[in-house]
Amino acid sequence: MDLNLTPQELAFRDEVRAWFAANVPKDWVKRRNAEESMEARFTYLRAWQRKMFDAGWAGVSWPKEYGGRGATLMEQVIFIEEMARAEAPPMANVLGLGLIGPTIIAYGNDAQKKRYLAKILSAEEIWCQGFSEPNAGSDLAALSSEGKLNGNAFIVNGQKIWNSYGWAADWCELVVRTDPSVEKHKGLTVLLVDMKSRGVEVRPLKQMTGESEFCELFFRDVRVPVENVVGKVNDGWRVAMGTLMHERGTFGAGLQVNYRRNFNRLVEIAHQMKRTGDPLVRQKLAQAYTEIEVMRFNQMRAFSRINETGVPGPEGSIQKIFWSELNQRFQQMAQEILGPYGQLAHGAPEAIDEGQWAYGYLRSRGNTIEAGTSEIQRNIIGHFVLGLPKSY
Amino acid sequence: MNFGLSESQQILKNNARKFFAVECPVSEVRRIMETESAHDEKLWRSMAEQGFPGVLIPEDSGGMGLGMVELAALAEEMGRALVPGPFLATLLAGAAIEAAGSKKHLAEIASGEKKATLALLESGASWNPDAVAMEGLTGEKMFVPDAGVADVIVVAARDRGDLALYTVYGDSVQRTAMPGVDLTRRLYKVNFAGARGELLARGEAAGSALDRALDIATVTLCAEMTGGMQRVMEMAVEYAKTRKQFGKPIGQYQAVQHQCADMLIWTESSRSAAYYAAWALDNHAADARAAVSVAKVYASDACRETGNRGVQVQGGMGFTWENDVHLYYRRAKASESAFGDATFHRERIARLIIDRMNASSAVGV
Repeated sequence: MDLNLTPQELAFRDEVRAWFAANVPKDWVKRRNAEESMEARFTYLRAWQRKMFDAGWAGVSWPKEYGGRGATLMEQVIFIEEMARAEAPPMANVLGLGLIGPTIIAYGNDAQKKRYLAKILSAEEIWCQGFSEPNAGSDLAALSSEGKLNGNAFIVNGQKIWNSYGWAADWCELVVRTDPSVEKHKGLTVLLVDMKSRGVEVRPLKQMTGESEFCELFFRDVRVPVENVVGKVNDGWRVAMGTLMHERGTFGAGLQVNYRRNFNRLVEIAHQMKRTGDPLVRQKLAQAYTEIEVMRFNQMRAFSRINETGVPGPEGSIQKIFWSELNQRFQQMAQEILGPYGQLAHGAPEAIDEGQWAYGYLRSRGNTIEAGTSEIQRNIIGHFVLGLPKSY
Repeated sequence: MNFGLSESQQILKNNARKFFAVECPVSEVRRIMETESAHDEKLWRSMAEQGFPGVLIPEDSGGMGLGMVELAALAEEMGRALVPGPFLATLLAGAAIEAAGSKKHLAEIASGEKKATLALLESGASWNPDAVAMEGLTGEKMFVPDAGVADVIVVAARDRGDLALYTVYGDSVQRTAMPGVDLTRRLYKVNFAGARGELLARGEAAGSALDRALDIATVTLCAEMTGGMQRVMEMAVEYAKTRKQFGKPIGQYQAVQHQCADMLIWTESSRSAAYYAAWALDNHAADARAAVSVAKVYASDACRETGNRGVQVQGGMGFTWENDVHLYYRRAKASESAFGDATFHRERIARLIIDRMNASSAVGV
């Protein structure tokens, strides 16, 4: 057991840290809370990713042969932490880099790798995912969007929901049912769909926060050439699960840094409001510190284990439950400390931190739902980790 | 960075598990806990042959000279096996003597010839060393773990206002049992009238030795609690797989399954926090003291709740004397308050972290 970074890891960290210090746009921290159209924001983020790409920092986790840096898992974690620490803007093509690119690398053919990967890295083509449907959320395999083979193309019909970045995307990793006659997991196929195809419609979905992070996608007789199948026809469940494993892998590394920053800021506010002499406030802040630290230790242990075994396992469900439930408790506590100020929204002149605490409270409500609900995560732990009989 | 145990640490842990499975099965735990002192000399001797009482004691004082991570690995297995007796009390006293820069009694503690404990609490029952009020070797200490079998008692007292540590011979003081819920580890009231002993340290040296010893014992306890939680979870999961109602194993119902999932989250999280704190203490990390409190805050609540779920999942069977879960449930309650409960350690975190971040400090990570 040695929790110090190795000399190589330290050197990597210093290199990353220096690059971010010199290159993170100075206006970002102000700009991120400002009113701005989604399109203008996205142009900004696309330019930022391009800058990272030119310096060789896009696709840090990707193998070198596909234009990545071939970083070890620990280096990826360091990279994500440093990015959060520097308060760098997110990259525009976050799903392409984190989920879809790695899926194409793992399951795609050579022609697909050649066609898509470079443009994911450079943010020239933005990607989204079409997985969940109105009647297939936690029970993803029950999805009913269909792909019917017609000559050398699939004709796709159906509806997807909870889709991020659909309004900006050039391409979509889409899961459809190609064989309705077999068991639900066995008749699925993953297609790469050009979002400019005829019959694709994107509608923004307004959330309780007032934002539209998500979209609904509608597909009406959309033609997708057979060469756009990833992996094999009717083997889409395996491909889609590979994608979701990435979602539950290193994702939490940056969160831990952001949570600690939020905590530090809340302590600063509590001091200013002269609340830190109140024993109850002290207890609550210390409890939040404890939980954020335990999340950090859990992650270190999990990353260390993935480093040895090579794959993120079902233990990822522990991290997902931990960070989502922690953040909900934290945001609630922040509301208690801020009192009436906590509710003031963006735009209110008296709002603390431009209304980000009111926003954070509302946004955290989604944490135990997105990326697999807490209930589904506990099912995964019960069955796949503890070996209890499947409940569904 | 590597959070896993090294090969030699893993071997030590595996061997400890095998050792306690043979030397201290639960039938032995039940026999020993029915005795007056919950101490068994034969078990103690065989633990001493393995070198366990001297894990942390330097080799030149007859110990194994290992670190906190090794101790945590051993403690986890002891918690799993619910090993009764004065191991933790002896460890705490030995750590205080060594941290005070003395070698007194250490060789005998390492060899198992002497058992020891540390007397801190008074009637106010505060774990904060500032609360120590007893003047010299007079008066009474309370909640002293395993004092009944201790050959040596390290005592925290005042010497003309300064904190001081003394080593006192166990047979020179009056010890009265304070029966509690944990049957495997006994508490005593100790009256020091007529005590024979010597000054170990005073002033700052005494304070820092006491702090160090409490940090070491607290992390060891957290690792021990983790081992207990692991066992409680395993018993509950096993029961949920085999017990059938309405024609199905009860573990198939999500209301039961999700309680088991929570037990896993708490157990694994307690483990992460305990080992991090062990590593931080060994490596004098800047956040070591806060990490100790983080581990104890988390484990105190998690261990109690895991016990609750462990009983609940096993239903009526879990509430019987015959079922082993209550032995862990009882110890969880005692361990929760030992060396300060979650409330105590949250306040300690507030002092170590929150009070040091002042209102005008820049927000940095």
